[in-house]
Amino acid sequence: MDLTTLTYLAVGLSFALYIGIAIWSRASSTGEFYVAGKGVHPVANGMATAADWMSAASFISMAGLIAFLGYGGSVYLMGWTGGYVLLAMLLAPYLRKYGKFTVPEFIGDRYYSRTARLVAVLCLIFISFTYVAGQMRGVGIVFSRFLEVELLTGLVIGMGIVFVYAVLGGMKGITYTQVAQYCVLICAYTVPAVFISMQMTGMPIPQIAFGSQLSDGSGFMLERLNQVVTDLGFIEYTDGGKSMIDMFAITVALMVGTAGLPHVIVRFFTVPRVRDARASAGWALVFIALLYTVAPAVGAMARFNLTDTVQIGAVGDPEGNLVYEERPDWMERWEATGLLAFEDKNGDGRIQYYNDKSADEEFLARTQDWGWQGNELKVDRDIMVLANPEIAQLPNWVIALVAAGGIAAALSTAAGLLLVISSGISHDLLKGTLTPGISEKTELMAGRIAVAVAICIAGYLGYNPPGFVAQVVAFAFGLAASSLFPVILMGIFSKKVNREGAIAGMLTGLLFTMGYIIYYKGVFIEPMAVANTPEYWFLGISPEGIGTVGMLLNFAVAFGVSKVTAEPPDHIQHMVEDIRTPRANNVATGH
Amino acid sequence: MSENPRNGNAEYWRANVTLIIVSLVIWFIVSYGFGILLVDQLNAIELGGFKLGFWFAQQGSIYVFLILIVFYALRMNALDRHHGVDEQ
Repeated sequence: MDLTTLTYLAVGLSFALYIGIAIWSRASSTGEFYVAGKGVHPVANGMATAADWMSAASFISMAGLIAFLGYGGSVYLMGWTGGYVLLAMLLAPYLRKYGKFTVPEFIGDRYYSRTARLVAVLCLIFISFTYVAGQMRGVGIVFSRFLEVELLTGLVIGMGIVFVYAVLGGMKGITYTQVAQYCVLICAYTVPAVFISMQMTGMPIPQIAFGSQLSDGSGFMLERLNQVVTDLGFIEYTDGGKSMIDMFAITVALMVGTAGLPHVIVRFFTVPRVRDARASAGWALVFIALLYTVAPAVGAMARFNLTDTVQIGAVGDPEGNLVYEERPDWMERWEATGLLAFEDKNGDGRIQYYNDKSADEEFLARTQDWGWQGNELKVDRDIMVLANPEIAQLPNWVIALVAAGGIAAALSTAAGLLLVISSGISHDLLKGTLTPGISEKTELMAGRIAVAVAICIAGYLGYNPPGFVAQVVAFAFGLAASSLFPVILMGIFSKKVNREGAIAGMLTGLLFTMGYIIYYKGVFIEPMAVANTPEYWFLGISPEGIGTVGMLLNFAVAFGVSKVTAEPPDHIQHMVEDIRTPRANNVATGH
Repeated sequence: MSENPRNGNAEYWRANVTLIIVSLVIWFIVSYGFGILLVDQLNAIELGGFKLGFWFAQQGSIYVFLILIVFYALRMNALDRHHGVDEQ
């Protein structure tokens, strides 16, 4: 069978599975719609959390990022896994004990304030929309490359599928489809990685393979990679790139941001007991780590393969570079998408791929002697994972599987985000603030309508991505780290932080972080900063890492303001004591 | 189990916070310590084909995170039972 037929088959079968699950798991109450009736097994919830968490960015972009950043890409690996330690110990069990439906609801109750709840809803909606638009974009890319349909058609199909199971099933439908999506995406990610590891090193386990000897006997893979890339003027693969303070700040912002993302937190509301919330965070990280420990291996191997494809002989030898007309089929196919481009600057008909902005003057002088006139190959980092099986010449069914996996990753995350947006609107804005009198049935209907509207907006943003979509990392994680995470944490671990402190803290963290990102990145407006480079940053911290400073400001302001204003009332202090212990009302019942 | 549930709860909470602090110190050391601050020193050591600092940043820290959560969840189940605050 040819690739297109196989891909249609793989994607079609996976869609049929998702819709089947959606029909089987229809939600009938708000409890089922928002938190799956709190009856999800911790292992299933762990898997659903993993699928919810691993987005199109994790699946499609991360290994590519690491391939080009090398050691600098570690911030994503540590940042996006370390947050689960914080979740398991600092947030998930207590929020499960609190036992209601949404994150803003907790903030509103704990800080006895509708204003606090409203600020939290606004943060949540902004974070989630930024994030979801990126997912829809991912769906569109996979469709347009593998199914060869228009971006718009791809988006509409993707939106239609999410619509069916998110609107019908709510959290219940989403949870069980996410379990299925996890299975699809993890197979799609690891199968090609195992094949490529075997090819390159003879060792099937990718985590070990990228620290092994190459099978052609030329030494350890990472050592060879370091040599190959430095010969072409790039920095060593296993070495820096970012300053230490920036690495540090970005990692903190990503970890804390992960723990503060509403669509991740809310997953822990769906398990039956407090102990399940802890166990479930562990399971989630098991399933996430399966992909996250393979990703750096995929990154290193992809970089190696790419360089090896183009640089066929010695660096500097006129015969050492690939002749453009003899390029492999996969390059030709990706050129059609515009994500890979070749420009013959020196007119020799061969591809020179090297770092023409190297800081090494001697190297640049040598390239002049060789007659190189600039880097001729542009590779979008987003294609590395998708093109990897093609580069390694794996069978067509593996490529079809990767397409289905990419779509699964994007859809599962989009669905989780859409649900927190809709519960933010129907439960926190309508039921909690604007129209408290509505019945459960009306609220459920409002929730469904909100999902439907949110899907349309997300689809629109995916088709016409506004500038801020490209800044998902800075915005979503920075804002979650600087606004939501600190107030939830203080709400559990301090009885003294009060309404005034929480609101002031949230607003400070939010405005500072947003202001800093906009100042350097110029989202919505032109950037005001001279340049977005280390010499102009505050303490050398990039906009991606500034959430860390925002978080510290949030803590400082909240504690400061709470000190000079009235203590929280008694019943709030009791509530805090209550959420700290797993057993319900253990004082009153006496057993 | 304890005579006065309020005191029991305070003890339970202290034990929990201590456990969290110990776990987070380890969490900090493997990621920020080994993976970022001490990476150059550790890279002098090689483990198979990996430089050790690089390995911690891209592999080791993730494994340790996993062990930490499992350890914490199991310890807390025991603490819940010991202090009589587990869910029936």
